[in-house]
Amino acid sequence: MEILEQFLAKNGLVLAFLFMGVALFLANWFSKKVVFNKIPGVAIAIFAALVLAYFGGNKGVASYPAFTGLAILGGSMFRDFTIVSTAMGVHFSELRATGLAGVLSLLIGVTITFFIGGSIGYAMGYTDAVSFTTIGAGACTYIVGPITGAAIGASSELIAISIAAGVMKTVFVTIITPIVAKRMSLDNPTTAMIFGGMIGTTSGVAAGLAATDPKLVPYGAMTSTFYTGVGVLLCPSVFYLLVLAVLG
Amino acid sequence: MRIYGVAILAACYLIGQLVGLYLGYWLGIGGNVGGVGFGMLLLIFMNGRMKDSMPKVKDTKDGIYFWSAMYIPVVIAMAATLNVRAAVSGGWVAVLAGIIATSACYFFVPFISRMASAKTNQ
Repeated sequence: MEILEQFLAKNGLVLAFLFMGVALFLANWFSKKVVFNKIPGVAIAIFAALVLAYFGGNKGVASYPAFTGLAILGGSMFRDFTIVSTAMGVHFSELRATGLAGVLSLLIGVTITFFIGGSIGYAMGYTDAVSFTTIGAGACTYIVGPITGAAIGASSELIAISIAAGVMKTVFVTIITPIVAKRMSLDNPTTAMIFGGMIGTTSGVAAGLAATDPKLVPYGAMTSTFYTGVGVLLCPSVFYLLVLAVLG
Repeated sequence: MRIYGVAILAACYLIGQLVGLYLGYWLGIGGNVGGVGFGMLLLIFMNGRMKDSMPKVKDTKDGIYFWSAMYIPVVIAMAATLNVRAAVSGGWVAVLAGIIATSACYFFVPFISRMASAKTNQ
């Protein structure tokens, strides 16, 4: 038993790779067979991870020795490193082709989401500048939230709330998009691009558009890739300073 | 060599983080201001500089694509290691902030879309 424990502790990161592979396989299976692609596998996996973390301690499942590797894989270094790498899917030529409307939709989308999300937090008792900013950023996406929170020194509790808000958004977008698509004439590339820019969460947008009309997926996904970058650039800087100036 | 791509990504990440750290220091708010965003901008620029005619460019890019495929498991691992028990006390904040803020954006989509198509038709 002691040998096994030492073995698990020594090989934490490699174990984490195995866990993530198995977790995503199960989540994708569940997504396909049980909920018939209504909820993307990624969203299911994240929800399951949050549920499991609840049964851990203040470090989530990493409180157990066998899962300490997850804290390395999910730590800030790997997180930021992999997020930066997703910029490979983006080209300046695409940015130009999307046009002013796409850029505008990104700025409006991030701004509206941040301030409404933050205000809801404020109304529910999270009244300091760091909380307002972290919750508002989390309402943008589950990536903007933790990066913003970590940058301005938010607590683990706040960061968890911001991720939960972002995950909530992904699930909501996935489910609601095909239902309201007709009402907002989401049936052409231009609207799809603006939709992607306004909503942002790439997995939610891609899944929601796939359920609406698969032809629209690349258009929405293209603009939504920029959303996290814009959010990460604005939330911990300009928006945080604005909130700080108002709330003190 | 894929390691070239990984090294380019590493350079973009490190420079971006440093810029973010110094910006945070100069603005007097500490922490890291947009470091990831700056890293992404740098990588977009580097990606534009990598022409298909260059030798081994596909291998180099594959070194970066590997990591961009890894961001989903990293985000899941991050979610699994959070202090969720503490967050649940503020659970309704997450639900309401996520849904209401997003709903507001849905209302604006047709409005901006009309503006865009009106401009294209001119």
